[in-house]
Amino acid sequence: MTVTVDESFAGRVYPSTGATLVTADAVRAFARAVRAAHPSHHDSGAARAAGHADVVAPPTFAVTLAQAAEQQFVADPAAGIDFSRVVHGEEQFTHHRPIVAGDEVAAELHVDRVRVVRGNAMVTTRVELTLADGTPLTTVVSMLVVRAPDPAPAPEETS
Amino acid sequence: MSEELSAEVGTELPTARYELSREDLRSYAEASGDRNPIHLDEATARSVGLPDVIAHGMLTMGLAGTVVADWVGDPARVLSYGTKFTAPVVVPADAPAVVEVAGTVVALDEAAGTAEVDLVVTSAGAKVLTRARAVVALR
Repeated sequence: MTVTVDESFAGRVYPSTGATLVTADAVRAFARAVRAAHPSHHDSGAARAAGHADVVAPPTFAVTLAQAAEQQFVADPAAGIDFSRVVHGEEQFTHHRPIVAGDEVAAELHVDRVRVVRGNAMVTTRVELTLADGTPLTTVVSMLVVRAPDPAPAPEETS
Repeated sequence: MSEELSAEVGTELPTARYELSREDLRSYAEASGDRNPIHLDEATARSVGLPDVIAHGMLTMGLAGTVVADWVGDPARVLSYGTKFTAPVVVPADAPAVVEVAGTVVALDEAAGTAEVDLVVTSAGAKVLTRARAVVALR
Protein backbone atom coordinates (compact mmCIF):
# COMPACT_ATOMS: atom_id res chain seq x y z
CA MET A 1 0.00 0.00 0.00
CA THR A 2 1.21 3.46 -0.80
CA VAL A 3 1.46 5.75 2.17
CA THR A 4 1.80 9.49 2.31
CA VAL A 5 5.28 10.80 2.92
CA ASP A 6 5.87 11.14 6.62
CA GLU A 7 5.99 14.87 7.45
CA SER A 8 8.11 14.14 10.49
CA PHE A 9 11.03 13.51 8.11
CA ALA A 10 11.51 17.28 7.80
CA GLY A 11 14.73 18.22 9.54
CA ARG A 12 16.31 14.83 9.12
CA VAL A 13 19.96 14.62 8.06
CA TYR A 14 21.34 11.45 6.51
CA PRO A 15 24.96 10.36 6.93
CA SER A 16 27.34 11.75 4.34
CA THR A 17 28.05 9.44 1.44
CA GLY A 18 31.63 8.30 1.00
CA ALA A 19 33.85 10.38 -1.25
CA THR A 20 33.06 9.97 -4.95
CA LEU A 21 35.90 10.65 -7.37
CA VAL A 22 34.99 12.94 -10.25
CA THR A 23 36.82 11.63 -13.33
CA ALA A 24 37.75 13.64 -16.41
CA ASP A 25 35.88 11.09 -18.54
CA ALA A 26 32.69 11.62 -16.49
CA VAL A 27 32.98 15.41 -16.90
CA ARG A 28 33.55 15.10 -20.66
CA ALA A 29 30.65 12.65 -21.17
CA PHE A 30 28.28 14.88 -19.19
CA ALA A 31 29.43 17.97 -21.09
CA ARG A 32 28.83 16.21 -24.43
CA ALA A 33 25.34 15.16 -23.28
CA VAL A 34 24.36 18.77 -22.49
CA ARG A 35 26.13 20.07 -25.66
CA ALA A 36 28.69 22.01 -23.66
CA ALA A 37 31.67 22.40 -25.98
CA HIS A 38 33.74 24.86 -23.93
CA PRO A 39 37.40 23.70 -23.85
CA SER A 40 37.43 23.89 -20.03
CA HIS A 41 35.15 20.81 -19.95
CA HIS A 42 37.18 18.74 -22.36
CA ASP A 43 40.83 19.79 -22.40
CA SER A 44 42.87 19.63 -19.19
CA GLY A 45 45.40 22.10 -20.59
CA ALA A 46 42.70 24.66 -21.36
CA ALA A 47 41.18 24.18 -17.91
CA ARG A 48 44.58 24.71 -16.23
CA ALA A 49 45.19 27.82 -18.32
CA ALA A 50 41.88 29.14 -16.91
CA GLY A 51 43.11 28.51 -13.38
CA HIS A 52 41.55 25.12 -12.60
CA ALA A 53 43.21 21.92 -11.46
CA ASP A 54 41.62 19.90 -14.28
CA VAL A 55 38.55 19.83 -16.55
CA VAL A 56 35.59 21.74 -15.12
CA ALA A 57 32.13 20.18 -14.67
CA PRO A 58 29.13 21.88 -16.34
CA PRO A 59 26.81 23.83 -13.99
CA THR A 60 24.30 20.97 -13.64
CA PHE A 61 26.82 18.12 -13.25
CA ALA A 62 26.41 18.30 -9.47
CA VAL A 63 23.07 16.53 -9.83
CA THR A 64 24.90 13.28 -10.56
CA LEU A 65 26.65 13.53 -7.19
CA ALA A 66 23.57 14.68 -5.30
CA GLN A 67 21.21 11.99 -6.48
CA ALA A 68 23.06 9.16 -4.72
CA ALA A 69 22.49 11.03 -1.46
CA GLU A 70 18.85 11.77 -2.33
CA GLN A 71 18.30 8.06 -2.89
CA GLN A 72 18.89 7.48 0.82
CA PHE A 73 15.63 9.29 1.49
CA VAL A 74 13.64 8.33 -1.59
CA ALA A 75 14.45 4.63 -1.09
CA ASP A 76 14.09 4.73 2.72
CA PRO A 77 11.19 2.32 3.42
CA ALA A 78 10.27 4.39 6.49
CA ALA A 79 9.69 7.45 4.30
CA GLY A 80 6.96 5.62 2.40
CA ILE A 81 7.74 7.00 -1.06
CA ASP A 82 6.40 5.24 -4.14
CA PHE A 83 9.16 6.12 -6.62
CA SER A 84 6.90 5.63 -9.63
CA ARG A 85 4.90 8.61 -8.36
CA VAL A 86 7.86 10.94 -7.94
CA VAL A 87 8.04 13.98 -10.22
CA HIS A 88 10.92 16.46 -10.23
CA GLY A 89 9.48 19.87 -9.33
CA GLU A 90 12.42 22.24 -8.88
CA GLU A 91 16.19 22.19 -8.89
CA GLN A 92 18.66 24.82 -7.67
CA PHE A 93 22.46 24.79 -7.70
CA THR A 94 24.61 27.22 -5.76
CA HIS A 95 28.27 26.80 -6.65
CA HIS A 96 30.80 27.74 -3.99
CA ARG A 97 33.68 26.67 -6.22
CA PRO A 98 33.60 24.83 -9.55
CA ILE A 99 33.69 21.04 -9.41
CA VAL A 100 36.71 19.74 -11.32
CA ALA A 101 38.05 16.32 -12.26
CA GLY A 102 40.05 14.87 -9.40
CA ASP A 103 37.72 16.17 -6.71
CA GLU A 104 36.64 13.52 -4.21
CA VAL A 105 33.17 14.66 -3.30
CA ALA A 106 31.14 13.83 -0.20
CA ALA A 107 27.39 14.44 -0.18
CA GLU A 108 25.30 15.12 2.92
CA LEU A 109 21.53 15.00 2.54
CA HIS A 110 19.20 17.24 4.53
CA VAL A 111 15.42 16.88 4.31
CA ASP A 112 14.47 20.53 4.72
CA ARG A 113 10.73 20.47 4.23
CA VAL A 114 7.85 18.03 3.73
CA ARG A 115 4.51 19.55 2.89
CA VAL A 116 1.40 17.57 2.00
CA VAL A 117 -1.12 19.42 -0.14
CA ARG A 118 -4.27 17.58 -1.20
CA GLY A 119 -2.49 14.28 -0.80
CA ASN A 120 0.52 15.28 -2.88
CA ALA A 121 3.74 15.48 -0.90
CA MET A 122 6.22 18.22 -1.78
CA VAL A 123 9.62 17.26 -0.43
CA THR A 124 12.48 19.75 -0.41
CA THR A 125 15.90 18.22 0.00
CA ARG A 126 19.28 19.92 0.22
CA VAL A 127 22.52 18.14 -0.55
CA GLU A 128 25.75 19.77 0.55
CA LEU A 129 28.62 18.66 -1.68
CA THR A 130 32.03 19.11 -0.12
CA LEU A 131 35.57 17.80 -0.29
CA ALA A 132 36.64 15.51 2.54
CA ASP A 133 38.28 18.46 4.32
CA GLY A 134 34.96 20.28 4.35
CA THR A 135 35.67 22.67 1.45
CA PRO A 136 32.19 23.55 0.14
CA LEU A 137 31.62 22.82 -3.55
CA THR A 138 27.91 23.03 -4.36
CA THR A 139 24.60 23.24 -2.53
CA VAL A 140 21.92 21.32 -4.46
CA VAL A 141 18.29 21.99 -3.51
CA SER A 142 15.67 19.74 -5.08
CA MET A 143 11.91 19.78 -4.74
CA LEU A 144 10.30 16.43 -5.46
CA VAL A 145 6.58 15.95 -5.77
CA VAL A 146 5.24 12.57 -4.67
CA ARG A 147 1.85 12.39 -6.35
CA ALA A 148 -1.11 11.19 -4.32
CA PRO A 149 -2.01 7.50 -4.50
CA ASP A 150 -5.50 8.48 -5.68
CA PRO A 151 -5.89 9.88 -9.19
CA ALA A 152 -5.99 13.38 -7.67
CA PRO A 153 -4.49 16.00 -9.97
CA ALA A 154 -1.11 17.49 -9.10
CA PRO A 155 -1.38 20.96 -7.49
CA GLU A 156 0.02 22.82 -10.51
CA GLU A 157 -2.67 21.27 -12.68
CA THR A 158 -5.50 22.57 -10.54
CA SER A 159 -4.34 26.16 -10.15
CA MET B 1 41.75 33.83 -17.93
CA SER B 2 38.46 35.00 -19.42
CA GLU B 3 37.90 38.67 -19.95
CA GLU B 4 35.39 40.94 -18.27
CA LEU B 5 32.00 40.75 -19.91
CA SER B 6 29.88 43.86 -20.28
CA ALA B 7 26.15 43.49 -19.82
CA GLU B 8 23.21 45.66 -18.94
CA VAL B 9 19.67 44.97 -17.90
CA GLY B 10 17.87 43.92 -21.07
CA THR B 11 20.94 42.43 -22.77
CA GLU B 12 19.78 39.37 -24.68
CA LEU B 13 21.83 36.18 -24.84
CA PRO B 14 22.31 34.51 -28.22
CA THR B 15 19.38 32.13 -28.67
CA ALA B 16 19.96 28.42 -29.11
CA ARG B 17 18.00 25.62 -30.70
CA TYR B 18 18.69 22.01 -29.76
CA GLU B 19 17.35 18.87 -31.36
CA LEU B 20 16.93 15.91 -29.01
CA SER B 21 16.64 12.36 -30.29
CA ARG B 22 16.07 9.16 -28.34
CA GLU B 23 19.81 8.55 -28.74
CA ASP B 24 20.52 11.86 -27.00
CA LEU B 25 18.38 10.73 -24.06
CA ARG B 26 20.36 7.48 -23.88
CA SER B 27 23.59 9.50 -23.84
CA TYR B 28 22.30 11.70 -21.03
CA ALA B 29 21.08 8.66 -19.09
CA GLU B 30 24.57 7.13 -19.32
CA ALA B 31 26.39 10.35 -18.48
CA SER B 32 24.13 11.28 -15.56
CA GLY B 33 23.30 7.86 -14.15
CA ASP B 34 19.56 8.67 -14.36
CA ARG B 35 18.22 5.59 -16.15
CA ASN B 36 14.54 6.10 -15.32
CA PRO B 37 12.77 4.09 -18.07
CA ILE B 38 10.28 6.90 -18.79
CA HIS B 39 13.19 8.53 -20.65
CA LEU B 40 14.22 5.39 -22.52
CA ASP B 41 11.25 3.13 -23.10
CA GLU B 42 8.04 4.06 -24.84
CA ALA B 43 5.93 1.31 -23.25
CA THR B 44 6.97 2.33 -19.75
CA ALA B 45 6.33 6.01 -20.46
CA ARG B 46 2.84 5.29 -21.76
CA SER B 47 2.10 2.93 -18.88
CA VAL B 48 2.46 5.81 -16.41
CA GLY B 49 0.24 8.11 -18.45
CA LEU B 50 2.82 10.03 -20.48
CA PRO B 51 2.17 10.69 -24.18
CA ASP B 52 5.53 9.19 -25.17
CA VAL B 53 9.14 9.06 -24.01
CA ILE B 54 10.10 12.37 -22.36
CA ALA B 55 13.50 14.01 -21.97
CA HIS B 56 15.05 14.21 -18.51
CA GLY B 57 14.12 17.58 -17.02
CA MET B 58 17.74 17.83 -15.96
CA LEU B 59 18.85 17.39 -19.57
CA THR B 60 16.71 20.36 -20.62
CA MET B 61 18.05 22.35 -17.67
CA GLY B 62 21.57 21.31 -18.67
CA LEU B 63 21.12 22.53 -22.26
CA ALA B 64 19.86 25.89 -21.04
CA GLY B 65 22.82 26.03 -18.65
CA THR B 66 25.13 25.57 -21.62
CA VAL B 67 23.59 28.66 -23.23
CA VAL B 68 24.41 30.70 -20.11
CA ALA B 69 27.94 29.29 -19.75
CA ASP B 70 28.70 29.92 -23.44
CA TRP B 71 27.48 33.50 -23.17
CA VAL B 72 29.49 34.31 -20.07
CA GLY B 73 32.50 32.68 -21.71
CA ASP B 74 33.54 30.38 -18.88
CA PRO B 75 31.45 27.64 -17.24
CA ALA B 76 33.13 28.36 -13.91
CA ARG B 77 31.43 31.78 -13.91
CA VAL B 78 27.97 30.28 -13.43
CA LEU B 79 27.56 30.90 -9.71
CA SER B 80 24.01 29.68 -9.23
CA TYR B 81 21.32 28.24 -11.43
CA GLY B 82 17.81 27.05 -10.67
CA THR B 83 14.49 26.27 -12.28
CA LYS B 84 11.02 24.80 -11.92
CA PHE B 85 9.99 21.94 -14.18
CA THR B 86 6.54 22.61 -15.57
CA ALA B 87 6.07 20.64 -18.79
CA PRO B 88 7.77 17.60 -20.30
CA VAL B 89 9.76 17.60 -23.54
CA VAL B 90 8.19 14.79 -25.54
CA VAL B 91 10.67 12.91 -27.73
CA PRO B 92 9.02 10.82 -30.44
CA ALA B 93 10.84 7.93 -32.11
CA ASP B 94 10.69 9.26 -35.65
CA ALA B 95 11.60 12.93 -35.29
CA PRO B 96 13.71 14.86 -32.81
CA ALA B 97 12.17 17.12 -30.20
CA VAL B 98 13.24 20.74 -30.48
CA VAL B 99 14.21 22.76 -27.40
CA GLU B 100 14.67 26.50 -27.81
CA VAL B 101 16.47 28.65 -25.28
CA ALA B 102 16.43 32.43 -24.96
CA GLY B 103 17.92 34.49 -22.16
CA THR B 104 17.84 38.07 -20.94
CA VAL B 105 19.81 39.89 -18.28
CA VAL B 106 17.25 41.00 -15.69
CA ALA B 107 19.48 42.39 -12.93
CA LEU B 108 23.04 43.55 -12.35
CA ASP B 109 25.04 43.78 -9.15
CA GLU B 110 27.83 46.21 -10.05
CA ALA B 111 29.61 45.85 -6.71
CA ALA B 112 29.69 42.06 -6.87
CA GLY B 113 30.31 42.00 -10.63
CA THR B 114 27.42 39.65 -11.25
CA ALA B 115 24.43 39.48 -13.57
CA GLU B 116 21.15 37.64 -13.18
CA VAL B 117 19.86 35.96 -16.32
CA ASP B 118 16.26 34.92 -16.91
CA LEU B 119 15.85 32.01 -19.34
CA VAL B 120 12.87 31.14 -21.49
CA VAL B 121 12.97 27.47 -22.50
CA THR B 122 10.29 26.11 -24.80
CA SER B 123 9.50 22.94 -26.73
CA ALA B 124 6.63 22.47 -29.17
CA GLY B 125 5.26 25.85 -28.15
CA ALA B 126 5.15 25.09 -24.40
CA LYS B 127 7.31 26.58 -21.66
CA VAL B 128 9.09 23.54 -20.24
CA LEU B 129 11.09 25.37 -17.57
CA THR B 130 9.80 28.31 -15.57
CA ARG B 131 11.60 30.68 -13.23
CA ALA B 132 14.81 29.48 -14.87
CA ARG B 133 17.44 31.86 -13.50
CA ALA B 134 21.19 31.94 -13.29
CA VAL B 135 23.60 34.30 -11.59
CA VAL B 136 26.92 34.68 -13.37
CA ALA B 137 30.19 36.43 -12.60
CA LEU B 138 31.01 39.05 -15.22
CA ARG B 139 34.69 39.25 -14.24
